[in-house]
Amino acid sequence: MSAILLVTLIVGGTALLSWPLGRYMKWAMDPDDAGPRRQRLERILQRIAGPLGRPQQDWKLYLIAMLVFNAIMFVVSFGFMALQQHLPLNPDAKEAVEGSLIFNTVASFTSNTNLQHYSGEVAMSYLSQLFSLMWLQFVSAATGIAALTALARGLAGRKEMGNFFIDLQRATFLVLLPAALIVATLMVLGSMPMTLAGSVTASTLEGAQQVIARGPVAAFLTIKQLGTNGGGFFGPNSTHPFENPTFWTNALSMICIILISMGSVWMFGRIVGRRRHAAVVFGVMLVLLLAKITGSVWFERAPTQAFANLPAVEQVAGNFEGKETRFGSPYGSGPLWAVLTTSTSNGSVDSMHDSLNPLTGMMPMIGMWLNATFGGVGVGMINMFVYIIIAVFVAGMMVGRTPEYLNRRVEAREMKLAVLTVLSHALFILVGAAIFAVTPWGRDTLNNWGPHGFSEILYEFSSASANNGSGFEGLGDNTVPWNVATGLVMLLNRYIPIILPLAIAGSLAVKRPTAQSAGTLSVQDATFAAMLLATILIIGALTFFPAAVLGPIAEHLLFM
Amino acid sequence: MRSLIASVRVALVTIAVCVIGYTGVILGVAQLLEPDTANGSLITNADGVVVGSRLIAQKFTAPEYFWSRPSAVDYNGAGAGGSNKSPTSTDLTDRAVELVAQYGATPDKPLPPELVAASGGGLDPHISEHAALYQAARVAGARGLPPARVEALIRDHAFAPGGPLTPGRVVNVLELNLALDASTESR
Repeated sequence: MSAILLVTLIVGGTALLSWPLGRYMKWAMDPDDAGPRRQRLERILQRIAGPLGRPQQDWKLYLIAMLVFNAIMFVVSFGFMALQQHLPLNPDAKEAVEGSLIFNTVASFTSNTNLQHYSGEVAMSYLSQLFSLMWLQFVSAATGIAALTALARGLAGRKEMGNFFIDLQRATFLVLLPAALIVATLMVLGSMPMTLAGSVTASTLEGAQQVIARGPVAAFLTIKQLGTNGGGFFGPNSTHPFENPTFWTNALSMICIILISMGSVWMFGRIVGRRRHAAVVFGVMLVLLLAKITGSVWFERAPTQAFANLPAVEQVAGNFEGKETRFGSPYGSGPLWAVLTTSTSNGSVDSMHDSLNPLTGMMPMIGMWLNATFGGVGVGMINMFVYIIIAVFVAGMMVGRTPEYLNRRVEAREMKLAVLTVLSHALFILVGAAIFAVTPWGRDTLNNWGPHGFSEILYEFSSASANNGSGFEGLGDNTVPWNVATGLVMLLNRYIPIILPLAIAGSLAVKRPTAQSAGTLSVQDATFAAMLLATILIIGALTFFPAAVLGPIAEHLLFM
Repeated sequence: MRSLIASVRVALVTIAVCVIGYTGVILGVAQLLEPDTANGSLITNADGVVVGSRLIAQKFTAPEYFWSRPSAVDYNGAGAGGSNKSPTSTDLTDRAVELVAQYGATPDKPLPPELVAASGGGLDPHISEHAALYQAARVAGARGLPPARVEALIRDHAFAPGGPLTPGRVVNVLELNLALDASTESR
C-alpha cells in the first residue's frame, strides 16, 4: 500500500512539476522576444563564446560545433584525471589511474553515460571527481538539451538551428545550474556530507579501526541526478548512506532523475508549436513508464529465493538483498528507482540491480532497450522522435498515403536514417553481448553463473549503448577488453543518435511545407498514440526478446 | 579551428562557474548551515575520539551489542559495496545458514530476512524495529538487564523513516548501542 502511494506521489508529482519546467526551459533555451535584461545576458553568453557565438548555424555547423566541444570535454577531463596524483585536492593520496580505465571513465562521462568501472572513494581524488567528472555531468547534460533544442527548431521549419555555443551555455547556466543550487541545498539540509576534508578514522565501539571516506558529495550527487548522469561519488552509488542519507533525499533524488527529461518533452512541444502533440507523446511515455513500474514492483514482492528453504528465516514479501532499510519497503523505492533510472538514461541506483529478482531485473533492461521513456535529458525526446518518424512512415504506408510529420513529407531518406539509428543501438547491444558471452573477455569476469551471468553481460552492453550507466555490478568489468569495448560503444551510440536525427530534421526543414488536409495523419490523437506505442513495443520485442529469454526469463523459469 | 577556440573558451567558463563557483557556494552553505552532517555526521565520545558516523554501519559481534545487517564488504567505510549476488544464488543461502547459526534462530523464532540479506552499500546504519526487538533478549541477557528495559530503549529510538510512506519503523544501530552503553554505565 505504501508502495502504491510512493509511486503515485513521485511520478504524479514530477509530471505536474514538469509542465511549468517545460515552459521555463522554452524561455531559457529558445527565447522569442527577449526583454532588455535577457538581451544583456545573451550578449554576455556571446562574448564568452567569442566571434563564433554570434552566427546562426545550420544542422551541419551545429553538429560540428557540438562534436568539437565534446572533444574538448574529453581531452580536458582526461588530462585532469591522468594527472590526479600530481595535482591538489587529493587529501587521501589517490594514485594514478590505469590508462584503459581513464579512457572508459572519460568516455563514459562525456557521453552522459556514467558507467563506472571504478569505485569513486577508492580510485578518484576530489579533483578528478569535481573537475573531470562533475564538470562533465553539467556539460554533457547541457549538450543533450542543446541537441534537442536544435532538433525542435529544425522541425519547426527553421533552416538555421541556432548556435551551439550559446545553447550549451543556456542549458548549463539557465537550466541545470539554478536547479542544482536549489536541490544541492536541500540535500545538504537532508544530512548529506559536503566537505573537502579527507577520510576520517573512527575507533568503533568494539575497538576496531574504521576508515570512513567523505567528500563534496552533495554538489556531485545533485547534478548526477538532474542531468541524467548517474555516476556516483561512491562505488555503490545512491545505496551509500552518505550519497543518500534518508528516505527524503531518496525521494528527492527520484524526482530529480525524471524531472528535466519530462520537462524536455514539453519544451519540445513549445518550440515546434504543437503542445497537443507533445501531450500525446508524453502520454505514451507515461504509459510505458507505469507499465514497467507495475511489473518491477510486482516481481520484487517475491521473497529472496535463496532463503526459501530455510525454515529459520522468516518468509515475508519482498527481496531484501541489496536494499537499504531507510528507504522503506523492499518492493517500494528499489524497483521504482530501478525503472526511473533506466527509463531516463540516468543509471544511478538505490538498490543493487544485480540482486533484484530475475524478472524485476528485466525491467531496467527493457528501459534501456527502448531508451525513450522520457530518456536522457534532451536526447530521450530525440530517441522518441526517431520512433515517431518510423510510426508515421508505417502508418502512411498502411493507408496508402505519403507520410507526413509536422507538415513535411517523410520519405525514404529520412526513414533510412531513422532505421539506422534504431539498428545501431540493437547491434551494439546484441553483437557486443554475443562476443563477450562466448569469449573469456566476458566469461572470466562474471560474479554469477548460468543465465544470470549472461544477464550481467547483456546488461552491461545495454547500459553502455543506451548511455545509461547502471550495471549488474557484480561483473568484474575493470579489465582492458571491457574498458575498451564499452568505451567505444558509449561514444558511438552517444553521437550516432544525435547526428542522424539532426540530419533527418535538417532534411525535413528544407522541404516545402505540405498543406494540411482531411487525409493528413494527425499526430495529436489517441489513434496516433496507439500507433506510436505499438511501433515502440514491436521494434523492441522483435529485437530484444530472444536475448531476454536467454537471461532473466530463463533464470526465472529455472529457479523461481 | 575557430570552433576549437570557442569550445575552449566555453569550457573554461563552465569549469569556473559550475565547478569552482557551484562547489564553493554549496560548500559554504553546508559548512555554515549544517557543519555536523556536512562533515559526515561523526559521533565523538567524551574523550573527543571519533567513534563512528551516525550514517555508517559498523561491525558488531559481541552479544551485548545489537548487530548490524550483514555487509558484503565487511563494513569497509572506504570501499563500500553489495554482494551483487542473484537472489537465486546458493552463495546467499550459505551465508544465511551461517547467520542463522550465529543468531541461534530456529523455525519457532525465525530470523527477520533483512538480517540475512546484505544491504546495497554494505554500510546500512539501520535495522527494523522488529529486527532490533528480535535481538533484545540476547542483549539483555549479556548485559544482565531486564529485557523490558532494552525493549523500551528500542522503542524510544525507533522512527518511521518516511512517515506514512514507509510501512515500519527502524532504529539506528550505532546510536542504539551507544544509548545502551550509557544506560548500563548509569545503572
